[in-house]
Amino acid sequence: MMDEKAHIVLKDVRKAFGPKNVLNGINLAVPKGRSLVVIGGSGTGKSVMIKTILGILPPDSGSITIGGEEVTRLRGKERDELLLRFGMLFQGSALFDSLPVWQNVAFGLIQGRNTPRKEARDVAIEKLRQVGLGPEVGELYPAELSGGMQKRVGLARAIAADPEIIFFDEPTTGLDPIMADVINNLIVDCVKRLGATTISITHDMVSARKIADRIAMIHKGEIVWQGPARAVDTSGNPYVDQFIHGRAEGPIQMEILKA
Amino acid sequence: MNFLANLGRVVLALLTEIGGIVIFLKDALLQGLTPTIYLRQILEQMLRIGYNSLPVVGLTAFFTGGALALQIYLGGSRFNAESLVSTIVALGITRELGPVLAGLMVAGRVGASIAAELGTMRVTEQIDALTTLATNPFKYLVGPRLIAGVITLPILVGIADTIGIMGGYIVGTRSLGFNSYAYIKNTADFLELDDVTSGLIKAAVFGFIITLMGCYHGFHSKGGAQGVGRATTNAVVSSAILILAANFALTSLLFSK
Ligand SMILES: Nc1ncnc2c1ncn2[C@@H]1O[C@H](COP(=O)(O)OP(=O)(O)OP(=O)(O)O)[C@@H](O)[C@H]1O
Ligand SMILES: [Mg+2]
Repeated sequence: MMDEKAHIVLKDVRKAFGPKNVLNGINLAVPKGRSLVVIGGSGTGKSVMIKTILGILPPDSGSITIGGEEVTRLRGKERDELLLRFGMLFQGSALFDSLPVWQNVAFGLIQGRNTPRKEARDVAIEKLRQVGLGPEVGELYPAELSGGMQKRVGLARAIAADPEIIFFDEPTTGLDPIMADVINNLIVDCVKRLGATTISITHDMVSARKIADRIAMIHKGEIVWQGPARAVDTSGNPYVDQFIHGRAEGPIQMEILKA
Repeated sequence: MNFLANLGRVVLALLTEIGGIVIFLKDALLQGLTPTIYLRQILEQMLRIGYNSLPVVGLTAFFTGGALALQIYLGGSRFNAESLVSTIVALGITRELGPVLAGLMVAGRVGASIAAELGTMRVTEQIDALTTLATNPFKYLVGPRLIAGVITLPILVGIADTIGIMGGYIVGTRSLGFNSYAYIKNTADFLELDDVTSGLIKAAVFGFIITLMGCYHGFHSKGGAQGVGRATTNAVVSSAILILAANFALTSLLFSK
């Protein structure tokens, strides 16, 4: 329906690690300037899916287009240019532990875009402020921060260059509910004010309801449901119902129950 | 049957490893050593590889020079050739022991630390994060280390040569009774530029081997702390073996000229 304006489109994307099939034909479209939230159980392939879009993990087959351009076969300079349009928050933050926090946040500006260090530093301090961290934190090293603070630095790094596409892998995991809400607002702001297209992965339904325009549910490497965020409660889909109500009984069987 | 299967498995694993290294080498050369060059990273790595290795390399060279002087004196006295001590110490250190021992010591120190650092960056997704920040990890991480290794090792070996010869000099004059002036004159008269440069060429090659192996094993480590530990060990062992093999090849090559 919104296909003509679709910004990110995945068609039948497959990925296996050895004998293990992780993505079994993902079909997904994110309209430009919209926020998609991907929900799904642990180990269902959510992180792998966004890594295939970024090209960190090349898909085995299928097509991924960004703004109509096929990106699965981009290499070298072309890929770097494409990646300049992206921001990514890793699930484990993935901060560079040899650099102080402000240089982590400013990294994409200094190395990727040749921004002067002084200017990049000012941007970094401002982005840190937006995620609730003071300028003094900028001088610390990642190892000196708590897990939640690292997550927020990772978030500041992801949005530092005001990218047009941002991926958030579990942005609120490990944050207290108040800070989680601050981060939710920040993500909403990125979409509304900067017009960014975002994909967020979360297990947190409060967060999902707040930031999502659309929600997709992934199970065993396939999208089992997708629709507008407000339809999530009336989807009639047994997977979605089980997930949003957090019930152990249902079509999604945890490994532990099978044993 | 079982033996053959095992042998086949080992050979296959070895070939896979060599293939992996060759592909890595290709990327390192084509991507890592072409612009953009990260000057800041190169300087930082030179400091880490060179400056921090000085004490280890210096001590090794000093004691080896001293021991060499003693051994040559002992061996030489059987042919009344004790006067050769200064010359052979200088030759042995500059052509052979300086570069090989410095190479092995640096392999242990620097090769291991590169593998551990890059290995940790790999398993904590920092290398993936670099990619998403539009920075090629080969240019940002591998290239500067290779360049720093190739520049720094010859400098280190030059210093090791000097200290090693000095070790021989001290033992020679203090405990073997050589005249200080004669010892220095003998060293200076018989040592040729070729002796020194051949050692420095070896050093540059060893610097490349050490940093390449450190980067390769770091980049390919997986599976958390244990994987990083394995990468570290493999980096040290493989660079030590390659250094000794390359040393033989280079000696034959430089010798035949
Ligand atoms: N580099 C890899 N090599 C091998 N297997 C992998 C790799 N990365 C992920 N996997 C496997 O792919 C599956 C999906 O992993 P993924 O990280 O996408 O899960 P997820 O949906 O993000 O889970 P979570 O919510 O716990 O983060 C897992 O079973 C994992 O073991
Ligand atoms: Mg994940």
